[in-house]
Amino acid sequence: MEEKALEVYDVIRTIRDPEKPNTLEELDVVTEKCVEVQDLGEDEYLIIIKFSPTVPHCSLATLIGLCLQVKLQRCLPFKHKLEIYISEGTHSTEEDINKQINDKERVAAAMENPNLREIVEQCVTEPDD
Amino acid sequence: MWLKFNAHPDSRCWYVAWNPKGTLLASCGGDRAIRIWGKEGDSWECKTVLQDGHQRTVRKVAWSPCGNYLASASFDATTCIWKKKNDDFECLTVLEGHENEVKCVAWAPSGNLLATCSRDKSVWIWEVDEEDEYECVSVVNSHTQDVKHVVWHPTQELLASCSYDNNVCVYKEEDDDWECRATLEGHTATVWGLTFDPSGQRLASCSDDRTVKIWKECQPEEGTDAAWKCVCTLSGFHGRTVYDIAWCPLTGALATACGDDGVRVFKEDETADPDQPVFSLSAHVPKAHTQDVNCIAWHPKEAGLLVSCSDNGEIAVWNYQSEV
Repeated sequence: MEEKALEVYDVIRTIRDPEKPNTLEELDVVTEKCVEVQDLGEDEYLIIIKFSPTVPHCSLATLIGLCLQVKLQRCLPFKHKLEIYISEGTHSTEEDINKQINDKERVAAAMENPNLREIVEQCVTEPDD
Repeated sequence: MWLKFNAHPDSRCWYVAWNPKGTLLASCGGDRAIRIWGKEGDSWECKTVLQDGHQRTVRKVAWSPCGNYLASASFDATTCIWKKKNDDFECLTVLEGHENEVKCVAWAPSGNLLATCSRDKSVWIWEVDEEDEYECVSVVNSHTQDVKHVVWHPTQELLASCSYDNNVCVYKEEDDDWECRATLEGHTATVWGLTFDPSGQRLASCSDDRTVKIWKECQPEEGTDAAWKCVCTLSGFHGRTVYDIAWCPLTGALATACGDDGVRVFKEDETADPDQPVFSLSAHVPKAHTQDVNCIAWHPKEAGLLVSCSDNGEIAVWNYQSEV
């Protein structure tokens, strides 16, 4: 399980913050401990990520959540289900943000918005991609 | 016993619908296309691809009761009406007005009314006349969030919608205007799907809270509006979000599409009190698809035949046999 968690962490730690020229790892938005992996059986895993946005700004938190969703959907090599949450107590509108981030229809529609898509692509693309 | 085929290569298949005769399937997806499938011997062949109707994901498709028209709802904020001409479809008109993604479109059984709903929180009701002209007759803003699905009552001019705001709303026409007559509260998360039972006396809803709720219209006291009460909750059956639910018009069986990749069929206990129905799990295919199941629909003519579609782009046709 720890191995899987590290695999997941490896994918998310290099995501760039939408505002600052740093990675989510550098800003402590995500840490190794923030990834939880549960075995769902039949080679499928439930991944739960709790991230801590640096600023209380609502739209940035949702944007980070979106980046996490997109990069993981694209890069995780094993079968998984994903849940992404804001770390409790880090935000005043936690529930609202968590609901949005975990609504796959909203995530899909957001990624069809050219402006949002561009920002997300810039955050998730590896330098050597 | 099932048949599976890849419908929307490299993208999600969001919805699939049988035409009223049950001879065709319409599917739509993240590739912005609508595909029409027909049975050739033992397999389903793609008859038509409608690629240029929408600029973004096509979220749902709906056949008119006569089977000659197809409506498609898209994230590009429009709803397209297509007319069937032999094996081809021609875009008749584009319904505009919603401020952002259209999440659902549904034809009333009469064929004269259409309902659409959107992330803009509204439900629009459109009237269509004999000259194929569409006109919006009502815009109702009863939900406080993204409206996910709309469904018409099988026999009455009654509409139901469900939303990201966790509620279900029921609408009736009053003085040429449509208004919300009841708000059904109870789910603790987004309600994704709705379906009426064959008689229209009950409504089933499915949610992100992993439950299915059955609602029944209660006889009103004098002078008050009818109220809908939750008479049954199916919990503990679904591992993740339940995205779609369908009540079989022929057998009364209830089928669900789930984010845990499974398809389930529930049967009603015939000995239970009609005001306190009991449903039990009759069939469960745990890995119906390799990813989330987004849609489930019963064949309109052949009892036991089901179609489902998934995030992995596949459509599957199932044969459900209940032990009598």
